Amino acid sequence: MKLERNKRIKKLAIWTWTWVATMAIATFGPEFIWDHHPFLTPFAIIVNFANGILMILANRDLFNHFDELEKKIHLESLGITLGLAVIFGMSYSLLDTTNLISQDAQISILVMFIGLTYLTSILINSRRYQ
Amino acid sequence: MKNKIRDLRTARNMTQEDLAEIIGVSRQTINAIEKGKFDPSLPTAFKMSKLFKLPIEQMFLFEE
Repeated sequence: MKLERNKRIKKLAIWTWTWVATMAIATFGPEFIWDHHPFLTPFAIIVNFANGILMILANRDLFNHFDELEKKIHLESLGITLGLAVIFGMSYSLLDTTNLISQDAQISILVMFIGLTYLTSILINSRRYQ
Repeated sequence: MKNKIRDLRTARNMTQEDLAEIIGVSRQTINAIEKGKFDPSLPTAFKMSKLFKLPIEQMFLFEE
């Protein structure tokens, strides 16, 4: 069971890091590597998107390997994260449209918020069942 | 839900890890079940019932 799990975690880690790497390439490549080449930029975005899909499939594979308690912990955490992301995202967007914040709303802020919320929820929920 | 899983396990000199391996769940899940913090699914309860050779209602005490 542990061996199977480690294999899946390793697979997810590989796809996650390659997704981050292809995201960096697609972001900085047009300016620093291929000088806004008309073919390479959309190609890099497509590769990054495809990589993201494979990362999601690897995550689903790991999730399906979880036992019933782990699934419960992750599902509760996902529910909290989804709810908070919608509320935070909308409030953040309102702050931008009403000019209550000086800079434009950044999607990266929302992505970081989602990541931190999910991590915190997992830690809290895991402790609840210890 | 209260249960007798810890007593049944220790009576057979099994560790939580041993029981988890046989049932096919994590050690944390066994610990949560024994402490009454998590109610197992029906398939897990049946696996325990088969292992300990006891009906489910004798292992788990339902309280409303």
